[in-house]
Amino acid sequence: MLSRTADSLYWLARYVERAENTARTVLVGHWMASMARSLGNPGNEWESTLIASGCEPGYRAKHEEVTPAGVVDYLVRDPENPSSLFSCIETARRNARAVRTALTVDMWNALNETWLRMRERLISGFTPDQASEVLEWVKQRSQLFNGAYANTMLRNDAYYFTRLGTFLERADNTARLLDVKYHVLLPQSEGIGGALDYYQWQAILRSVSGLRSYHWVYHDRLKPWLVAELLILRPEMPRSLVSCYDEIARTLDLLAEAHSGKRGECHRLAGEVFARLRYGRIQDVFDLGLHQFLTEFINRTTGLGDEIAALYLL
Amino acid sequence: MSDAKGKTRLPAAAFDEMRGPDGCYAKYEPIRRWLEQTPAETVALKRAEAELLFRRIGITFAVYSEGGDPERLIPFDIIPRVLDGEEWRLLSRGLAQRVRAINAFLRDIYRGREILRAEQVPDRLVLHNEGFRPEMQDLDPPQGVYCHISGIDVVRTAPDQFYVLEDNCRTPSGVSYMLENREAMMRLFPDLCAQHRLAPVSRYPEELLETLKSVAPGNCTGEPVVVLLTPGSYNSAYYEHSFLADEMGIELVEGADLLVDDNVVYMRTTEGPRRVDVIYRRIDDDFLDPLAFRPESLVGTAGLLNAYRAGNVTLANAVGTGVADDKAVYPYVPAMIRFYLGEEPILQNVPTYSCGRAEDLRYVLDHLPELVVKQARGSGGYGMLVGPRASTAELAAFAEKLKARPADYLAQPTLALSTCPTFVAEGVAPRHVDLRPFVLMGKEIRIVPGGLTRVALREGSLVVNSSQGGGTKDTWVLEG
Repeated sequence: MLSRTADSLYWLARYVERAENTARTVLVGHWMASMARSLGNPGNEWESTLIASGCEPGYRAKHEEVTPAGVVDYLVRDPENPSSLFSCIETARRNARAVRTALTVDMWNALNETWLRMRERLISGFTPDQASEVLEWVKQRSQLFNGAYANTMLRNDAYYFTRLGTFLERADNTARLLDVKYHVLLPQSEGIGGALDYYQWQAILRSVSGLRSYHWVYHDRLKPWLVAELLILRPEMPRSLVSCYDEIARTLDLLAEAHSGKRGECHRLAGEVFARLRYGRIQDVFDLGLHQFLTEFINRTTGLGDEIAALYLL
Repeated sequence: MSDAKGKTRLPAAAFDEMRGPDGCYAKYEPIRRWLEQTPAETVALKRAEAELLFRRIGITFAVYSEGGDPERLIPFDIIPRVLDGEEWRLLSRGLAQRVRAINAFLRDIYRGREILRAEQVPDRLVLHNEGFRPEMQDLDPPQGVYCHISGIDVVRTAPDQFYVLEDNCRTPSGVSYMLENREAMMRLFPDLCAQHRLAPVSRYPEELLETLKSVAPGNCTGEPVVVLLTPGSYNSAYYEHSFLADEMGIELVEGADLLVDDNVVYMRTTEGPRRVDVIYRRIDDDFLDPLAFRPESLVGTAGLLNAYRAGNVTLANAVGTGVADDKAVYPYVPAMIRFYLGEEPILQNVPTYSCGRAEDLRYVLDHLPELVVKQARGSGGYGMLVGPRASTAELAAFAEKLKARPADYLAQPTLALSTCPTFVAEGVAPRHVDLRPFVLMGKEIRIVPGGLTRVALREGSLVVNSSQGGGTKDTWVLEG
């Protein structure tokens, strides 16, 4: 297929996934901030949300102070922020429109309607107090789109590139969500293992719809290294890093098969990262430092994206 | 003099395609019965249903356009326009003749220029024409074909009187409506369709693909790779580009998807560069290649013209066909037919006054209220004057424009365009129509029986362009 078509499908899926994950990130910020407030210890939850989403420099360029309303507006509405939820949907649809004939009708309808209703919202004026409703809605719409393509696309190149987009973005975003916790400062009175620490880990789990999964897997109270293990190393957890890389490596294999066995650096890199996740131990992650591990992971995932582009999309 | 509404000077009796002096023509009989026997309420209901169904088809169709944007849906009239086998044979012979002559003209002016030396066409009209491309000199396109796809606009004034209004030899559009309108009629009125022996139109994409394959470069050994080159999704005809590419099963490419290496054209695919043999381009000459034409073009491909000149890729249509469908060259098409084919034109040209000529200008100014005046380089019905419909003030203002730049204008008598019964707010009423059949030229000439019938929905209006409130009808050619 045309490289441009593959490229548009790949980015289309990435931006839909990013919209969903931006929604999940903002929800974490909400929960952490409100718990901190209710425990009488408001901290830097919104700042950490900004940092983890990679949007801090852009925000600082526009705003002097980090305020809840400012951050929510920047992450949800602001058209100048390329990763804001609304920008993601705009970009996703632009990519979809450029390759409409490669999309199934169900995919197009799911995305186009999301875009139309989002525009209505923008026109009628979005305010940060409407955020939680919008965030839930975007999660649903993104799931509708993912379901539409999973259920209607032919299993060929087009499907593989769409799927690569979804899982590469999801891997990146799960890592970032987990990293939110690193940036949140615990007040001195509230040490590690205290109530606030506990609720923060809980918020991370809830953001990936993983709270119940945690209990099913561990039958234990929340422990930081187990939360990290669930989101990094457990293959049962569909948003975990290892699950995402399992999909990525498998999809790249299918692509190589479809392209008469042609492989590139992206295949090697995906295989290497996957093997490390598959055979890694959580103790080693913590020995290295969770934040350090996640930062390296995010960089490698970015590198993988570049290699995929070099082999297929340029 | 004209009143404000300007209806008084319209040609009195326009030829009605359905009814002659002896009543309804046989070819329209089933439609007449259908219109007569169906009670008004049922018709209204049917039309509402039609609207709904058409919109639904339109929306799946509008997968290609802007999310079902109603502005992009051109009004569709459910009463078909019918041509019988005999009429169609006359038309198609005339169309084939005309396109053969135009193609011969293009081949000639880019080689020996015999027609200029024989003084059948003025030099300056050709050599100073914006559409003339010196880059084409002495090129030998495969099968000698320049206009692979032409859309010829035809009007009718009497049972046997067809006039060609305009030739479109660059990148004519509208064929998707021909296909979509038939699709809509078959779904809406299967019984009515079944009462007729309709010549099918749905094979057009196949015919087009075969035409394009038949002009692959001589050095193409395997199955030719054909692509459709579009300016992109912001182009107003984008839906048609994607529709045709889909129907033919070929890649829809943009300029940036192509690359030229050592004068060979490739498309960038996930499997690496893939050689392209034939490009059905829907981009104007000016934007094809930033190295050869407009350097600021973002939709073209650098080096494309050199690859074309090297004979490694076929462009359809060829570069430089614009000189043949220029409004100023149009009056000479009958001369081309006589010169190259030694035949008399089967389809008439509308008498045309070139305002750049002093005696023509004088005539035009004296007879302005009877004439249609067009810009020599305009399209879409913009900036034209329909004398009989214009107010005194409009006529006076236009006369000034004419005197200021006479060479920019051409004038023609107001033809009594034929009418066809059409649904309007008050019921069924006659409305003026034209016809754009599409002529394909490869190894041979193919014309799918049908075309795009455009209808002027406003009472008395002679302007059928969709940008000026025109609609479309399905065009039925009866077999036999």
